[in-house]
Amino acid sequence: MNAITLPKPAKVNEDNQNDLSQIEITETVGNIYADDAKMSIRNANIYYGEKQAIDNISLDLAKNQVTALIGPSGCGKSTFLRSLNRMNDTIDICKITGKFTLDNEDIYAKNLDPVLLRARVGMVFQKPNPFPKSIYENVAYGARIHGLTNNKAELDEIVETSLQKAGLFNEVKDRLNDPGTGLSGGQQQRLCIARTIAVSPEVILMDEPASALDPIATAIIEELIDELKEKYTIAIVTHSMQQAARVSQFTAYFHMGKLVEMDKTEDIFTHPSHKLTENYITGRFG
Amino acid sequence: MTTTITESNENTSGFTKNLNLDKHISRRFNEELEQLRTLVMKMGALVEQQVNDGLSAVLNADSKLAVKVIERDHEVNTMELEIDEYCTQVLARRQPAASDLRLIVSILKSITDLERMGDESVKFGRNAIKLAKGNFAEEEGSRPLVELKHLGKHVSETLNKALRAYAEMDVEAALDIIKNDNIVDEEFDNISRLLVTKMMENPREIKNALRVTWCARALERIGDHTTNLCEYIVYLVEGKDVRHSTIEQIKASMSN
Repeated sequence: MNAITLPKPAKVNEDNQNDLSQIEITETVGNIYADDAKMSIRNANIYYGEKQAIDNISLDLAKNQVTALIGPSGCGKSTFLRSLNRMNDTIDICKITGKFTLDNEDIYAKNLDPVLLRARVGMVFQKPNPFPKSIYENVAYGARIHGLTNNKAELDEIVETSLQKAGLFNEVKDRLNDPGTGLSGGQQQRLCIARTIAVSPEVILMDEPASALDPIATAIIEELIDELKEKYTIAIVTHSMQQAARVSQFTAYFHMGKLVEMDKTEDIFTHPSHKLTENYITGRFG
Repeated sequence: MTTTITESNENTSGFTKNLNLDKHISRRFNEELEQLRTLVMKMGALVEQQVNDGLSAVLNADSKLAVKVIERDHEVNTMELEIDEYCTQVLARRQPAASDLRLIVSILKSITDLERMGDESVKFGRNAIKLAKGNFAEEEGSRPLVELKHLGKHVSETLNKALRAYAEMDVEAALDIIKNDNIVDEEFDNISRLLVTKMMENPREIKNALRVTWCARALERIGDHTTNLCEYIVYLVEGKDVRHSTIEQIKASMSN
């Protein structure tokens, strides 16, 4: 950890806060450090070919807490989230620099298998994407290929507890062999969460997990996120400010590839320090 | 002293500029917040008038004006309900955050204090009617009434300043008022001491002397409510809750 250049202390460039075009994002405002960090990212830069999508971002994901990444479309929050379990590896033109650690272990180390990393850092996507297989198989698949168990009874156990943790078991227990795609949108999303949990990850990344769901299904997912944080560290990208306010303990505001402000959620939504954050969460021009 | 409405209307730019109230993507939201702000300033002006009229009813033994003050209190109450409802609507429909949220919260709290000031004005009215029936002013009360007038002038001017600070989102002015809160308390103690002496000198006038004490007490309460308004201004602009803090603590928290 010693070789990492830490960002300078937070400071706002307040000279011209009312003229938004004049605001230069020099450093992240607020506090990017967690007392107990599960993942730490330092000086991350991500390029797609010539275009820089992420510009020198550093932050911690606090252990057993929910960190929300918010910001306008194209600000880089999804790109950043995907870099946390090396989902960008498959994109040829994508270049990543900086230090990404999970429990102080470099996740971009040459000898680290990205497949194993993704078992430790799971992901839930915007659109529920169950495999075209049975509900049971959807959950059992990951556990089986990661060799967690080959024993049928143990696998049954994993499927049941995963579905239970995802709050879906009671709704599907009598039809575990029905296709997963036959479930409702909200149920499919919880199935995907169960599938992620089944391989016992340490971190769960969620990219707009509720944006395709109705308010009730959304509320169930949010309740679930709250329960899941007891066991897992969670990072969630969301377009819904209210959702970020409801589910997260920390909020990071991204703007044009930079991390403008990060702080406790309670502070961000009552008195943000940066004008750009304020404008975004209150729906002002900028 | 009833010039707050016109003055605050001229000064809307300060409020709007500091909080960028007119910069929402939703124009309707801009209008709602502007309308809410206008209502609060209107209520502030009405309460200021109530305080001043109530006070002058006491000082001039004007029972006609006193009745008017008492009757007008329902207008203050109606405005409190109206603004309350408006805030609830904005909260439900817009889910405001950050400065917008602080604006709504500070308004909800401010109108409670304004309404209480209205109630204190009614106390002036009631006591004025009773006092007008006797001749306390000529016989025993000249000195206490002069003191009351003096305290009244101070409280009324402070209220005017506070409402102006509210209109312009002027944190400096608000802090100044918070700092000078003890002046009112000291003057209230002076008047009380004076009136106790009068009561001992002439027990037949105890009733009326008590009425003047209650008026002074009402002024002291209005002073406290004015300080509260100023604390909400600091909260609204700076996002810091400075209630129950000393002025030194407030200054220290602002410099962070």
